[in-house]
Amino acid sequence: MNTTDPTMTAAQIAAQVRSGQITATEVLERHLSQIAARESEIHAFNLVTIDEARAQAAAVDAMVAAGRDPGVLAGVPVAIKDNMCTHGVPTTCSSRMLEGWRPPYDATVVTKMAAAGAVMIGKTNLDEFAMGSSTENSAFGPTRNPRDTSRVPGGSSGGSAAAVAAGFAPISLGSDTGGSIRQPAALCGVVGVKPTYGMVSRLGLVAFASSLDQIGPFSQDVADAALVMDVIAGHDPGDSTSIPREHPSLTTAITQGVEGLRIGRITDLPGGADPEVEERLEEAFAALAAAGATIVDVQVPALTYGLTAYYLIAPAEASSNLARYDGVRYGMRVPAADTNSMYMATRHEGFGPEVKRRIMLGTYALSAGYFDAYYGKALKVRRLIAEDFDRAYQKVDVMLTPTAPSVAFELGSKTDDPLAMYLCDTYTIPSNLAGHPAMSVPFGTGANDLPVGVQIMAATLAEPVMFRVAAALESAAVAAASKGVK
Amino acid sequence: MSERIDVNVVAKVSRLARLDLTPEEIEVTTDQLAKMLDHFADIDALDLEQVEPMTQPYPLVNVLREDIEQPCLDREEVLAAAPDVDDHRFRVPPIIGLED
Repeated sequence: MNTTDPTMTAAQIAAQVRSGQITATEVLERHLSQIAARESEIHAFNLVTIDEARAQAAAVDAMVAAGRDPGVLAGVPVAIKDNMCTHGVPTTCSSRMLEGWRPPYDATVVTKMAAAGAVMIGKTNLDEFAMGSSTENSAFGPTRNPRDTSRVPGGSSGGSAAAVAAGFAPISLGSDTGGSIRQPAALCGVVGVKPTYGMVSRLGLVAFASSLDQIGPFSQDVADAALVMDVIAGHDPGDSTSIPREHPSLTTAITQGVEGLRIGRITDLPGGADPEVEERLEEAFAALAAAGATIVDVQVPALTYGLTAYYLIAPAEASSNLARYDGVRYGMRVPAADTNSMYMATRHEGFGPEVKRRIMLGTYALSAGYFDAYYGKALKVRRLIAEDFDRAYQKVDVMLTPTAPSVAFELGSKTDDPLAMYLCDTYTIPSNLAGHPAMSVPFGTGANDLPVGVQIMAATLAEPVMFRVAAALESAAVAAASKGVK
Repeated sequence: MSERIDVNVVAKVSRLARLDLTPEEIEVTTDQLAKMLDHFADIDALDLEQVEPMTQPYPLVNVLREDIEQPCLDREEVLAAAPDVDDHRFRVPPIIGLED
């Protein structure tokens, strides 16, 4: 591997930068030239922060030259989803509403990444306010899948997934409210992690649905995902939902193997996945069994209601969170004669169709006369799902499902049918409702030789065991690929 | 669950949401919401009488920070991001007297 190969992992880059074999500047320039070569066809970024990145890389190099350690991510370029606040650097949420807005502070994850020596290379495209499963809902145009540019990268963190898949950055951060890290990870053939709710601070993450949102990493391999998790996890007094405890090292956990672990196969999982996706899932079970794990059949009957619960709860929370975009304190304002008309005109102009649709759905579900029938019921279904999961986790350590029902689909193929787009999230939504961790690991290919992801779900704060399983699946996938198996 | 959603309800909801939708947008939204709500009727069959609503996945109570003085956001920087300011305050159009 060349010392400035854009496919170097974050761990390799950091090791070489810390030991002085390469400089952070060399690493950055190599990734910037990769961006220059392919960004015009991919559109992973809303903004490439070239000047800031060069200054950050130079600072890392100065630390190394001075004999100081810049941190475990020394000189590692990181792409940040454009719904995380970056001090003085535009943060748009891919919405006209926030075009040009420069946050007055950094998100906690941005601070932590910088403190570990990472170099922010840009802000990545997303579905507007993270609402979507294809990154086609961006006000600034869609992102394309680096594996096949006629296809979507998934969403809503499509830019962050594509950035890693295209070699623009070895790692990136996304946010996951109903699958927005895991589904694009699967469709782009990279690793994506949604941690336990409360494990990673949400301070500075622009809120979509506050009881579901969680930040997590994208990476080329499981070890890098563990490395980033070890940096960004931890209690933050600035986030009242942040879990006040220490988290064990996931970098350590991934070395422990899967012998003796109980892997759940959900026998009543809602169907509808492509045959090739189902085949890869079966191969994943077989690979884990071969590595010494036990496969156990479990039932999680309430999973089938996850989509309904999610698409009532998430829009309800969104309709409340997005009330702040009123043209008063930041973002767009459309002038009008009185304040109420100004609100109405600003929000009409500033929000795209999917955001309006979800605000409408959420406002309806919360409105007098419909609250009990929709939002109230959805909260009870959420409890049923969490309880069914708890029962299943008495019998198993993790459960495996497909991450997405299909491989990456063509641009424009689902944009006219919101419900069809929502069905992309069938397998990822339940973990958000329960607050559990889940991650997607690339596992072979499906139709058109496109990547398939297998999802590993685990109980609250069971990341160590989830990462052990991820590492085993990755080893099996690498071994199969080297033998020419799908 | 309830009667099918219609344009009058959607128009009312759009006012509640402070979204100035055009008549065409109201039509399209009504149709799309109706289809979604049909799909969401799958939970109608569940007996939820005894089930406690779940509002958050990891309940924490009395989350308070230490009561110590800390630097706050820079006032000029925050105001610089606002669409209209006047004498260190956010400026808005008239609130009372012009509404219909």
